[in-house]
Amino acid sequence: MAKTKTNTEDYLQMYRQMVRIRTFEDNANKLYLDAKMPGLTHMYSGEEAVAVGICEALKVTDKITSTHRGHGHCVAKGAAFKEMFCELLGKEEGYCRGKGGSMHIADQSNGNLGANAIVGGSMGIATGSAFTAKMLGTDDVTVCFFGDGATAQGLLYEVMNMAALWKLPVIYACENNGYSEYTRTEEIAAGSITARAEAFGIEAHQVDGQDVLAVNTLTQKLVARARKGEGPFFLELMTYRYHGHHVGDINREYYRTKDEEKDWKENRDPIIRFRGWLVSEGIASEDEIEAMNAEVRQDAEQAVDYALNAKYPDVSEVDMHVYSDIKHALA
Amino acid sequence: MREITLSQAVNEALAEEMRRDERVFIIGEDVAEAGTPFKVLAGLVEEFGTGRVVDTPIAEPGFMGIAVGAAMTGTRPVVDLMFGDFIYLIMDQLCNQAAKTHYMSGGKLNVPLVLRTNLGATRRSAAQHSQSLQALVAHIPGLKVAMPSSAYEAKGLMKTAIRDDNPVVIFEDKLMYQDKAPVPEEEYLIPFGEANIKREGTDITLIGTSSMVQVAEKAAEILAREGIEAEVIDPRTIVPLDEATLLKSVRKTSRAIVIDEGHQSYGVTAEIASRINEKAFYHLDAPVLRMGAMDVPVPFSPALEDVTVPTPEGVAENARRLMSGEMIHAA
Repeated sequence: MAKTKTNTEDYLQMYRQMVRIRTFEDNANKLYLDAKMPGLTHMYSGEEAVAVGICEALKVTDKITSTHRGHGHCVAKGAAFKEMFCELLGKEEGYCRGKGGSMHIADQSNGNLGANAIVGGSMGIATGSAFTAKMLGTDDVTVCFFGDGATAQGLLYEVMNMAALWKLPVIYACENNGYSEYTRTEEIAAGSITARAEAFGIEAHQVDGQDVLAVNTLTQKLVARARKGEGPFFLELMTYRYHGHHVGDINREYYRTKDEEKDWKENRDPIIRFRGWLVSEGIASEDEIEAMNAEVRQDAEQAVDYALNAKYPDVSEVDMHVYSDIKHALA
Repeated sequence: MREITLSQAVNEALAEEMRRDERVFIIGEDVAEAGTPFKVLAGLVEEFGTGRVVDTPIAEPGFMGIAVGAAMTGTRPVVDLMFGDFIYLIMDQLCNQAAKTHYMSGGKLNVPLVLRTNLGATRRSAAQHSQSLQALVAHIPGLKVAMPSSAYEAKGLMKTAIRDDNPVVIFEDKLMYQDKAPVPEEEYLIPFGEANIKREGTDITLIGTSSMVQVAEKAAEILAREGIEAEVIDPRTIVPLDEATLLKSVRKTSRAIVIDEGHQSYGVTAEIASRINEKAFYHLDAPVLRMGAMDVPVPFSPALEDVTVPTPEGVAENARRLMSGEMIHAA
């Protein structure tokens, strides 16, 4: 792995954030399996190095748009477990007062403009956020997360065209986890994904999405250039999702083998790899890492307990927030 | 008072708001040097530059999405959608994104966006450039819908829309762009949800939207010559709807016809008629009639097109039937 950051704290922060995402997802999955969570959710486990490598290259005021598989982005951009679990369980103290749920968590205090349940639905929003930065003269950069499946949506090509014409500070981050829902990506994507961005004159890179340092190093460079008006950029991050399309997608051998899953989990796991590197470089000891893992586990357990016991919103909230200036839309 | 065209009124509203608030910008196809095909925006790019009067490629979902993201992050876009018929192209960005963001985020994110577009048949433009699709967007919670009936309303409602923190769709009748009306020199705003009683009467209430207000007024003149005093009401915004003013009038007259240029079935007329039935039933002496556009795609041939929309004569004829007590069924 390329060693570019010199600050030990930054490395440990990246490790910790990846563990926080994995731990969050393990708990969310358990809530689903225990029938304690309403609805379904889409696990980010396996893709942690993508969200963390990118978001650790961003400032708080930089923006991201997220996807249905969005818990990882949300955690990586700075969100707290308590408000996230409350949102997943539809509780009043959730980031969106329980109105959004897993697929719509937004945390504007950290620049997360929200997850989106329409595949590719936030590509315009991310590009518009970059338009704001240019128009108002801030140096904020926006990262648009989306999956390989979303590259089939026409909206991507409309907004990349405009972002390139107007040199907007946006980075299109395609998380290529190999599957578009229940279909192999090569069955839905003709040609090369990066070449599609290059057709608009957008500089595109393919990067190992299981290597947090590689992702972070590249993103730092691109973010700095985007701030100077050299954007947009496109990243294709090669990664893998450990779970099915959603938590209910258990029997998936018809579209991918258990051997393939085992190979990614055992040989390419972003957390195991980075942990090994931290130890071999003498940045952290095994004991320190175990202590960090335990602390994150405890944080998550406390947040889950809190969320399970937290209040649901009062039913009178149902017609609030339809319009910003009308307290109760149906009153 | 001076008289200006509806086109000039819209232009003035935009220019005044852009001078007042530098976050306001216009985005759409051929809005800059061309000033739109209807020349409504002529001169704005000269004053505000191409950074705030932004020409886009022909990519409606793309620029609509960009506007949503821009609005969420601190600017106030006015989207120019060249023809109302193109709403179908932007439905995801308008209805899944813009309309729901405030609610899904529990009130944390706002989308202060105006979508300027148009409606109206009899311009010999055939089925894909003649539709009146206000019912489609009025159906979606989270959107406000304004329908100016003259230059005066066009200016006052536009200024209110731009200052509103919610997504607002404004439909201008493209046949009215050159129609003149008295418009004060001094600044004014027209609040949303306040109907305007255009003509007072005691025998029947004619509720019209957009150019159908003029149809209703002409029908009222015809009826007046026959001794029937019609009250004409312009709701001005259909979301929010000033139910109180409509109901007060119907309770007085006991009869009502609702006229709108959208298709009649499942339309704006149906909604308003239904509310009157539910809330003023015991004051009614006759069924509330709907008069919308005929439920056919808008035909090209003038001989066919002219019979698809409500006319003053048609409204007057239906009013006579209601007054005579004849049980009728609208075609």
